[in-house]
Amino acid sequence: MAMAGGSSALQSKRPAGKATRDAFGRALEALGADYPNLVVVDADVSNSTRTEWFGKKYPDRFFNVGIAESNLVGVAAGLASSGKTALVSSFAAFIICNAYDQLRMSVAYPGLDVKVVGSHAGISIGEDGASQMGIEDVALACALPDFVVLVPADDTSAISLTQGMFKHIGPVYLRVGRPDVPRIYPEGTQLTIGKANVVRPGKDVTIIANGLMVGSALDAADTLAAEGIDARVVDMHTVKPLDRATLEAAARETGALVIAEEHLAHGGLGSVVAMAVAEIHPVPIRYVNVGDQFGESGTPEGLLEKYGLTADRVAQATRAAFRAKKA
Amino acid sequence: MSANLDQLKVTAKIIRADILRSTTAAGSGHPSSSLSATEVVTALYFGGFMKHDAKNPRWPDRDRFILSKGHAAPVLYAALAESGYFPKADLLTLRKLGSPLEGHPNYKRLGGVEASTGSLGQGLSIGVGQALAARVDKKDFRVFVMTGDGELGEGQIWEAAATAGKYKLDNLVCIVDRNHFQQTGAAEDVLNMDPIDGKFAAFGWHTITINGNDMGEVVQAFQRAQEFKGQPTCIVSLTHKGQGILPLLEKLGDTNFHGKPLPEKYLEEALALVK
Repeated sequence: MAMAGGSSALQSKRPAGKATRDAFGRALEALGADYPNLVVVDADVSNSTRTEWFGKKYPDRFFNVGIAESNLVGVAAGLASSGKTALVSSFAAFIICNAYDQLRMSVAYPGLDVKVVGSHAGISIGEDGASQMGIEDVALACALPDFVVLVPADDTSAISLTQGMFKHIGPVYLRVGRPDVPRIYPEGTQLTIGKANVVRPGKDVTIIANGLMVGSALDAADTLAAEGIDARVVDMHTVKPLDRATLEAAARETGALVIAEEHLAHGGLGSVVAMAVAEIHPVPIRYVNVGDQFGESGTPEGLLEKYGLTADRVAQATRAAFRAKKA
Repeated sequence: MSANLDQLKVTAKIIRADILRSTTAAGSGHPSSSLSATEVVTALYFGGFMKHDAKNPRWPDRDRFILSKGHAAPVLYAALAESGYFPKADLLTLRKLGSPLEGHPNYKRLGGVEASTGSLGQGLSIGVGQALAARVDKKDFRVFVMTGDGELGEGQIWEAAATAGKYKLDNLVCIVDRNHFQQTGAAEDVLNMDPIDGKFAAFGWHTITINGNDMGEVVQAFQRAQEFKGQPTCIVSLTHKGQGILPLLEKLGDTNFHGKPLPEKYLEEALALVK
């Protein structure tokens, strides 16, 4: 394992964990028994998104409609409007971008109980390259009225948020990733949708992160502690609805923020948090994200380092935010 | 059946008059696209082909009608009002602020609307989902979806058609309101989708082609669709956009008359034509 400071988000000091897509897939399979009304629809990627585990266990409640994401989402809407709880999944890039109008018109507008899971989100999918990398999905999902938008940091939280999204009646977008990611939470930890988690206390500055950047944020906080900067780390796993109370406390108590995410600059966690902070309690903010560009092929670790999704970069941004506060 | 047929023809006249009155009162909307679909919608709601309950619009066992060509909302609203879903007087609130009778059907706001439509191409997929739900729940409800002919340019229609064929959804009927016109001209000039029946057949559908403005043919087609097992049915319903007021539209020099209400001064003449 590489050193925490200079390593990609996948090479954290945290213990090893499974991919969030795997955790989601196992949780979904287990929930099949609790939710007899649950039907899963696939666009022929179930062995990638891990809904195949549910499909094998419940073949009568699993439909593969082929490589047709628009229809996939419409079929789910029809199931939901006839009383089923419908879950659809594909790669984040395809289910959100290809089927966006269907999510808008057939799901969000009628407010149907459809759970949308986008896997292979972010640049950490690696070698398949930009066409397969959903890095605008959070922005687009947040623009759908009444959608809940969830970005789990690790396998434990992916299980908890998968369970949580079925307790919520209404449309939900859950973003999961391809590679194994470091574990943030002990097994069995329960997260609450809409309630951010302070994963490390701190008084000087707050790093707000989600997805695999939570691990990098914790590593960065360790580095900064040695320099005398006491950084708080918040896992903002629910991007919408945003936990404004936790955000307000962070802004008021620490006076500076860093927002780290595996997403484009526009419309993701950074935008959502900045909009809220500007209204509630403006403080200096720095950002760590993919910027305004597409990804490319490469190893997941190599890509994360090239695009600046590392603990080092989070630490740099945090020092800058901290200095901006004092200036 | 013949007595019933006469009654259906009378009801179709009422529906047509309501389409004209509501769109003229609204000052906007799509009467011509609604008029072409009148026989089909009338036969569905009043010909005994759909079990539904105006007092319990979300009754789980109901049959469902999805108007995928959502701009023809006035024909749906007229049928729902005539069925007792809401007072007929509400038809005159079409497209007005605060009215659930929006320009395109809104599932959330109006009982009897089975899908929010208006972005073309999406209704058939929703119908496939509803038909699959019946299968999962071992229920015998049926799903009817009406698309336009211009709407067939939307690729999602064919994704849905293939899926319905795959699952042999014989509880699903798609009616293509083949009124030959779309926004800027003749459907076959804008994007020729002929043969429509051949395309659906290739995706595993049972197809029937009818004169969709002939109530007798419409009723017969729904009977055949009901009896047919093992495949979804597509009814290619050959119609005229503006059926019922064609002489007036010819006089006005626009037999497409897309997305336009009749001006108030022509309303009486139009109502006399559909009487």
